[in-house]
Amino acid sequence: MFYREAGDFKTSYAEDNQTFPIKFDRYRYYVVLAVAVLIVPFVINDYWANSLLIPFLIYAIAAIGLNILVGYCGQVSLGTGGFMAVGAYSTYKLMTAFPWMDMVSVTLLSGLITALVGVLFGLPSLRIKGFYLAVATLAAQFFLVWLFNRVPWFYNYSASGQINAPERTMFGMAVTGPNAEVWVKYLFCLFFVVLLAWLARNLTRGSIGRQWMAIRDMDIAAEIIGVNPLRAKLTAFAISSFFVGVAGALLFSVYLGAVEVGEAYGINKSFLVLFMIIIGGLGSIFGAFAGAAFMMLLPVFLKIVGVDMMGWPADIVAHFQLVIVGALIIFFLVVEPHGLAQLWRLAKEKLRLWPFPY
Amino acid sequence: MPDQFIFAMEVTLNGLMTGVMYALVALGFVLIYKASGIFNYSQGVLALFAAMTLVGIQEGRVPFSHLINAIFGTEVHHMPWNSVPGFLAILLTVVVMIALAWAIQRFVFSHLVGQEPIILFMATIGLAYFLEGTADLMWGSEIRTLDVGLPQGINTAIDETTYGWFGYGFFIDNLDIVATLVAAVLVAALVAFAQYTKQGRAMRAVADDHQAALSVGVSLNFVWILVWSLAGIVALVAGIMWGSKSGVQFSLSLIALKALPVLMLGGFTSIPGAIVGGLIIGVGEALFEFLVGPMIGGATQNWFAYVLALLFLVFRPQGLFGEKIIERV
Repeated sequence: MFYREAGDFKTSYAEDNQTFPIKFDRYRYYVVLAVAVLIVPFVINDYWANSLLIPFLIYAIAAIGLNILVGYCGQVSLGTGGFMAVGAYSTYKLMTAFPWMDMVSVTLLSGLITALVGVLFGLPSLRIKGFYLAVATLAAQFFLVWLFNRVPWFYNYSASGQINAPERTMFGMAVTGPNAEVWVKYLFCLFFVVLLAWLARNLTRGSIGRQWMAIRDMDIAAEIIGVNPLRAKLTAFAISSFFVGVAGALLFSVYLGAVEVGEAYGINKSFLVLFMIIIGGLGSIFGAFAGAAFMMLLPVFLKIVGVDMMGWPADIVAHFQLVIVGALIIFFLVVEPHGLAQLWRLAKEKLRLWPFPY
Repeated sequence: MPDQFIFAMEVTLNGLMTGVMYALVALGFVLIYKASGIFNYSQGVLALFAAMTLVGIQEGRVPFSHLINAIFGTEVHHMPWNSVPGFLAILLTVVVMIALAWAIQRFVFSHLVGQEPIILFMATIGLAYFLEGTADLMWGSEIRTLDVGLPQGINTAIDETTYGWFGYGFFIDNLDIVATLVAAVLVAALVAFAQYTKQGRAMRAVADDHQAALSVGVSLNFVWILVWSLAGIVALVAGIMWGSKSGVQFSLSLIALKALPVLMLGGFTSIPGAIVGGLIIGVGEALFEFLVGPMIGGATQNWFAYVLALLFLVFRPQGLFGEKIIERV
């Protein structure tokens, strides 16, 4: 009915190439953005922001980053947690070494530092492929966590070995530290999400994104048609690590505030983000959001159903959560290897033809 | 002889023993990878699951008792009998592992035939989470001690002999010696099984070429169930060894992560590779921690194996004994 291309004439190349070619999609995007910016900050409360919205936004950035590497470029990485830690510790060092620097620059710089580290650990991908690479990225995970744990310079020789985010302000309002209001934190994260999602979407549509996909589909064939694998793989590692680093930085400075590296950025984080993109859909920006939302909602949902409604002990619910996550991953891989994003795509296809599918 | 050298020898010996334990886990990976091309991340959790089941059966617990109690408000914990002898418990666990192998094949991998390897890999990660949750639901998540009557503690004979030689007694755990022997027997048995039995030949045929094996009448389904059962039994052995050494708890499943660099070093497709890789990693990380560790803050075991494997792979991408990777367009 309303979801149609018919009558929506494109009169320029720019219109033809736009991200949302269907009018309804475009308006939906603006409405979502408007709600997120103009309405949510006023109705947000501590519980929903801290248990759902802020982690969702942060993990969405990490998931987009990992999706660039795994979903678009086909290089499986299990080192996400380690790279997030690089972002967090860069933020910490920058915040304490240059107290006058504003948080946006600090976060972006941390992303850049993570990108450099990512390229370093991405170098072996030129020789190592597939599972071997997946395991090799574990080297990054364990080495980086060990490094931040053992070298006191990284945590400024604090006695506890923890890092704590000092208070920093933007436009006179605290963004980090214990006095920050949730709606400020929320808007700060939202800013990065919108910026980076826009960036990712356009990168993956452009020539570099096509190079990544060519490498993913078959790297030798891609090399023969003139894609430089060195360039494609390393840019994928760099950009993916940039995103992951920003997510790690935000997770530390805005969300957690105090971090112990092994706990906050352990191997479990790597798997969590990987699950997000599997469930959400490999090779899709929307999938990263859907997966992040799903993995954030599931524990909250299970807690409400299991602990509050059924009155089961919390540990049994936690075990159930493992079973359900595992079963869902298998279910998605069996039924729909392309995840929630593919279901969404199918629904849109159906909508376009509805109500006359022939 | 200088003290440092004697210590290094002791560290090396202990490293070799640890290496055998790593190799035990790595063996399960190799079996499944060879026969079905599935890189089975859940091998470590299989070991945990097997060890927990073994302890549960041995102590005569009621499976899912926590869950049953929570739902129905009952108070069941133990079976009418209080404990089961170790040997019988092991047999029962083997039965459980075979049933599990069937279930995994039937409900997961028969639906994923022909999918890309990376999809299969991710399915095994899902499986790992599923099994971990199930094991906790079945038997509870407390730390258990596993005792099936294996000798433990310092081996006095070695201690005394080496004291006689060097004036310094080596500390070698009896359990590690048993583990080494068991690993040797297990590998010999697996090799004999693969070489001299009909099912073993079918297994090798499937490993070589799925379609060719199908066309000469080998049942893929049967072979895969067989392979998963074997991997389950190897996991049980690894679970018994690690469980006796450090208790049955969640961290047991993390030894799978330790087995990964072993595999990379040895090559995913080679049983001898798993053994040699395990030994190299075991000795390498023990010596590195002993010689370099104190200088850079210690606890290097966490990452040394991965970095070693990573550096090694850059020069030889298929590992020590792996098949040469040939890629065509």
